[in-house]
Amino acid sequence: MKPLLRVEDLSVRFGGIMALNKVNFEVTEGSITGLIGPNGAGKTTVFNCLTGFYRSQGGAVWLKTPEGEVNLSTLLGAKFRLEDLGQPAKLLEKTYYGFFGGTHLVTRAGVARTFQNIRLFREMSVLENLLVAQHLLVNRNILSGVLQLPSYRRAEEAAVDRAYQWLKTVKLESYANHLAGSLSYGNQRRLEIARAMCTSPRLICLDEPAAGLNPKETRELADLIRLLREEHRATVLVIEHDMSLVMSISDHVVVLNYGQVIAADRPKAIQEHPKVLAAYLGTETTA
Amino acid sequence: MRTKNPLHILIAIAVAGLAALVMTGPLSGLILDGYDFQANFKVPLILAGFAMFARLLFAVLPMERLRPHKTELPPKPATFKPWQAALGFFVVFALCASFPVWGSKYWITVLIMALIYVLLGLGLNIVVGLAGLLDLGFVGFYAVGAYGYALGFKYLDLGFWGALPTAALTAGLFGAVLGFPVLRMHGDYLAIVTLGFGEIIRLILNNWLDFTGGPNGLDAPPPTFLGWEFKEFANQGGTPFHEAFGFEYSKGLLDGFIYLTLLVAVALTLYGVHRLRRMPIGRAWEALREDEIACRSLGLNHVNIKLSAFMMGASIGGVAGVFFAAYQGFVSPVSFSFFESALVLAIVVLGGMGSLTGVVLSALFLTIMPELLREFSDYRILVFGIAMVLIMIVKPRGLVQLRRPFFAVKES
Repeated sequence: MKPLLRVEDLSVRFGGIMALNKVNFEVTEGSITGLIGPNGAGKTTVFNCLTGFYRSQGGAVWLKTPEGEVNLSTLLGAKFRLEDLGQPAKLLEKTYYGFFGGTHLVTRAGVARTFQNIRLFREMSVLENLLVAQHLLVNRNILSGVLQLPSYRRAEEAAVDRAYQWLKTVKLESYANHLAGSLSYGNQRRLEIARAMCTSPRLICLDEPAAGLNPKETRELADLIRLLREEHRATVLVIEHDMSLVMSISDHVVVLNYGQVIAADRPKAIQEHPKVLAAYLGTETTA
Repeated sequence: MRTKNPLHILIAIAVAGLAALVMTGPLSGLILDGYDFQANFKVPLILAGFAMFARLLFAVLPMERLRPHKTELPPKPATFKPWQAALGFFVVFALCASFPVWGSKYWITVLIMALIYVLLGLGLNIVVGLAGLLDLGFVGFYAVGAYGYALGFKYLDLGFWGALPTAALTAGLFGAVLGFPVLRMHGDYLAIVTLGFGEIIRLILNNWLDFTGGPNGLDAPPPTFLGWEFKEFANQGGTPFHEAFGFEYSKGLLDGFIYLTLLVAVALTLYGVHRLRRMPIGRAWEALREDEIACRSLGLNHVNIKLSAFMMGASIGGVAGVFFAAYQGFVSPVSFSFFESALVLAIVVLGGMGSLTGVVLSALFLTIMPELLREFSDYRILVFGIAMVLIMIVKPRGLVQLRRPFFAVKES
């Protein structure tokens, strides 16, 4: 089976620091993949590259879409190089994405994400948060919206229905008209996942979804993540520090340390992998 | 800070009085007399007395009760059904539209200026209240609209009705011109750049003598309606309105016409912005105000959203400018100083960011109140300022709080 996401030789440099050094891994379609590693290993940097927030200095991120494989890195618009002048096709592509490219194109290709520090639209209602996420699916014609034409009303009603379905899934339907900022922390986390899912992604990236949750909420979160895969056929990539959660839900775990992949295997094998143990616990010589 | 101890209160009052003396003494206590000066401590002593009295009030009055209580109100559906709201809207509109019949000429001119500020407030409300982009140069678009009418008449022979869409488009284009360089800016930096933009427009109008007439300004023709003119004798080649309909000429005819057209424009804008707020584009503006990064992660193109907010706001400002020029019959750069931008921003903030009712109320308040205060002549601006400060103390989030659209749960 062809992987949904292929990360090839991804490299990111911040000044003199090599945040990511030729990272390679794959995410199988329909799987839950865990991305773990000690603090500062580069997990969030990988996420920011996948979701179009950082421009990588090298390598590619290939996403399988119905229209064929797309290199997400080019969607951001790469820097011009002198050698591009010899390749008119490449120059044209870079010019186009330089002007019109950006993070939004990555989302439109089918990647959604949540954030480590929750980023909801706090002063908007819970339901409106989900409607904003469906921006691309609704009728955006200004005239038909002002005049409330039937086509606009139908699209809007469908969007509200879909939002309510997601609220039911994450058990927030009684808060639909509350301000998102007034929800409790655990509810905000679930709302953010529902909002990301409202963009109908092929791949959803969760950045530390269990941070700040109590054990009961963490168990519910694990059920929710399984549900995303089983009922909504989403592929999940999750960064998490809670090892018991990662090991229980993932099919595949990728371990990063110092910007490099040190292991990628099934959870069972990862738990006994010598390099992983060394990264987390330290080796005997250094200890 | 709050204390019940009378001694502490006395000390605080003494400190306030001393501070007032130190600050006002040299400024108002010394009167220049040729090369000499005379000491006149009456004024500073009175001012210090005021300061001490104010400090006493602060100490004695229960100031906490002025502060708003932070309570989370449970969301509730709109109090009025759609047809009730529509009926109310039409009743208010009809009442306003009949004003020229029963109101005085003086108040029509006051209301025209008030409605122009309502329009400006509605435009800036999109940029500042909804999209959260602090714009201190909004007067630039107002000027573009006003000069668009005057220049369009001078060079292109464009009438009032041609000028309305042209000015909206031109101002929208200027909005995009301002929007592009500030795409990456936020908050204070954005405010400085937009402030500069407003000043640039004013300085160009002031200094380009050959084209804009510079400080001398330009004439703007009185508007016509379907070729009828609102003058005693036609001089633009049409028939006067009163002759066409066979009634006595009165001097308030032109103002009455401008007032009615303006009222229709305000009503249409109100409805349009009300709809926009519930539409994908309005939701995107508010989402951009709340969190730009989250917006991008949801597939929203923040460039388009920002530019559309700037352009939409600028267009409304441009239309307001055309009405201003038509009403004054004359435009000059003096009318487009930074003070106007600040006033419009005050309207939006005082009304409650994003709220349409708030913008209308505060625009009416801020334009009509100075008229009512004419009795106080010299202290007009002072009373005006005190009223604004009081409102912001009692209602720090503006007169009317923005309410979220309510979505009813559907049983399925």
